[in-house]
Amino acid sequence: MTDEPLLRVSALSKFYGSRVGCDNVSFDLWPGEVLAVVGESGSGKTTLLNCLSTRLLPSSGTASYRMRDGQFRELYRMSEAERRFLMRTDWGFVHQNPADGLRMTVSAGANVGERLMAVGDRHYGKIRATAVDWLSRVEIEQDRIDDEPRAFSGGMRQRLQIARNLVTGPRLVFMDEPTGGLDVSVQARLLDLLRGLVTDLGLAAIVVTHDLAVARLLSQRMMVMKDGRVVESGLTDRVLDDPRAPYTQLLVSSILQV
Amino acid sequence: MPTPLVVSDVAKSFTMHLRDGIKLPVVAGVSFSIRAGECTVLGGPSGAGKSSILKMLYGNYAVDEGQIIVRHEDGLIDLANASPRTVLAVRRQTIGYVSQFLRTVPRVSALDVVAEPLVERGEEREVARGKARALLAQLNLPEKLWALPPATFSGGEQQRVNIARGFITGHPILLLDEPTASLDATNRNVVIELIAAKKAAGVALLGIFHDHDVREAVADRIIDVTAFAPGKLAA
Amino acid sequence: MTDIATYNFAYLDEQTKRMIRRAILKGIAIPGYQVPFASREMPMPYGWGTGGVQVTASIIGPDDVLKVIDQGADDTTNAVSIRAFFKKVANVAVTTDTAGATIIQTRHRIPEHPLTAGQVLVYQVPIPEPLRFLEPRETETRKMHALEEYGLMHVKLYEDIAKHGRIATTYAYPVKVEGRYVMDPSPTPKFDNPKMHRSPALQLFGAGREKRIYAVPPFTDVVSLDFEDHPFEVQTFDQPCALCAAENVYLDEVILDDHGGHMFVCSDTDHCEKRRQEGHRGHLAPEIHLASEKMEPAQ
Repeated sequence: MTDEPLLRVSALSKFYGSRVGCDNVSFDLWPGEVLAVVGESGSGKTTLLNCLSTRLLPSSGTASYRMRDGQFRELYRMSEAERRFLMRTDWGFVHQNPADGLRMTVSAGANVGERLMAVGDRHYGKIRATAVDWLSRVEIEQDRIDDEPRAFSGGMRQRLQIARNLVTGPRLVFMDEPTGGLDVSVQARLLDLLRGLVTDLGLAAIVVTHDLAVARLLSQRMMVMKDGRVVESGLTDRVLDDPRAPYTQLLVSSILQV
Repeated sequence: MPTPLVVSDVAKSFTMHLRDGIKLPVVAGVSFSIRAGECTVLGGPSGAGKSSILKMLYGNYAVDEGQIIVRHEDGLIDLANASPRTVLAVRRQTIGYVSQFLRTVPRVSALDVVAEPLVERGEEREVARGKARALLAQLNLPEKLWALPPATFSGGEQQRVNIARGFITGHPILLLDEPTASLDATNRNVVIELIAAKKAAGVALLGIFHDHDVREAVADRIIDVTAFAPGKLAA
Repeated sequence: MTDIATYNFAYLDEQTKRMIRRAILKGIAIPGYQVPFASREMPMPYGWGTGGVQVTASIIGPDDVLKVIDQGADDTTNAVSIRAFFKKVANVAVTTDTAGATIIQTRHRIPEHPLTAGQVLVYQVPIPEPLRFLEPRETETRKMHALEEYGLMHVKLYEDIAKHGRIATTYAYPVKVEGRYVMDPSPTPKFDNPKMHRSPALQLFGAGREKRIYAVPPFTDVVSLDFEDHPFEVQTFDQPCALCAAENVYLDEVILDDHGGHMFVCSDTDHCEKRRQEGHRGHLAPEIHLASEKMEPAQ
């Protein structure tokens, strides 16, 4: 098994005129690693995530991804067809609002099965069985398989979105505030589910969040962003227990104790 | 290897940016090594930096100066300047840590908390759980608690989960931060037994023990941390 | 005064015909691909076959013989008006005989009699985009066709099976053309889909309101979408035509009275009439006096 990184990002920057989206971000990500990108509103973390997942083109910098055949490909030089294929098979993207990542007017089973059908699966019975299996893995009752996500609660929709993303066995998952807007008890359940799936499936993930507790729970490594720049990075527990940058110290000290 | 861990001239201070950048030195000139099959104890009063040293050896605290040389797999790593990925590998394979407080994760049972370090090293989950059960039984944790998440446990119960989690693997180096603080006499003795077993297996232990009796029972060597107080560097 | 003097041959001006012919050629070169075209104002409203009429008008010549059918019948409103339209603006020969026509314009059916090389079948299409009801954004559907991303099409079929136990789509059943583009065959019953596969005739599709033309050249593979464990099946009828006893043809239900009386007869009126002329009789044939047998003979 090769010890090469899965994703190599170098000097990634995105400017809107003179306004900084993100500036000079570099890092490597290995298979099975979860990287949290933490910051407050306007920190550039969402811009960074959108650039990394090729939903936005950066102003400068490169990102290379190691494909399943072991070759590195530069993401921003790929054709749109290749990028879209990557998004559907080897990558996942979990949106903060699950409605953005689901087809709301189509059944839960079809939502999970769509990617399989998109890559050529043509056996109804097998597709349905896979959907049933995934629904149980994300703790959605199997008898909801033919219901539309319009009838689901927020937490259930989010879990369905996760199943929809993971069904093709992606190696890299992008998550944008995956627990944002959910009730606390629902959050806890979702985080535990994510933790388990990431470990069991050996997923690499980049998780954008403003919640340090989510970062602590899900990630091994962390980047703190402010005004588009990375102000501190390292092991998650090190950054949270021994913050060195002024902004990180401010963030950590601002957490309310329960 | 007889000395799997060598600390060389390590210094650390905290810079409190929220208080106008006051610099609080913690330790300086820290140099010592620990030997396989022995339990070395960090001694000294509260606030002298014992816990901080342990945390630096685990990569949980950053190091300002100096080196921490660890024998990892077949080579030597300087933990003080290692990449996050390397530190994670060292934690997985080489250095274990029993922290003072258990950080609980919602919904994970005590049994799985204990089994996790083995599972991370590639052990089959059911085998790991079997070993976890044995350790928890040895530590007298009531069986009915094994399937419950430890968030609602008492301090002593949580501490025992922590200890089991730290002792379950075969890490050649083990760091112990007050492992007996919340335990009664019976369980303190269990911990003493566990430490003795580790020593016999050739593990190098480094610990902080406030309890006098436990310290007497396990320590092969005591390092007085006040020797590393900042500002005390040999002129 | 002759009516012909006020119109160009077949109503459209020559530049428009050229533009439409170019679109048709492009459609033939890329089977199943929807070619946008500048649909013109026609003397019938949108929804009445303006797309099909523009295609026919662009390809028809003075020596052509035109047949027009609507739901398989030569004698319904749509068919009668369009046939009269082309008689007026092109003065071409018209017929109800499938075998004798060179151009057949159709609304929602393919004739039962097999077509031959040299014939052209022109379909009237309301919504050319097979993905429209699943994905309303034109920008997205264009990308999906361009990138061959057709997973969504199978999602629709999956939903059918989940809801009804089988694929419930019975008309406008999506097909894959030459292994590349997914196409809407127009609202023909799925019964007719197999007729499109490797037909010797040229098949042209015109959507006037949506401004698209597409084509299936002769002998092109046209395969209906399905699942391995739910293969495509045509409808079957459990009785033959009540008038001519034809089997394995598409039947229409005709209500006879207010007491629930009904009969099933050939949708393709020309086919039925020919069979009755040959002597075939269904179980209701002697009792019913059909309007179509009183139709004006072809001129």
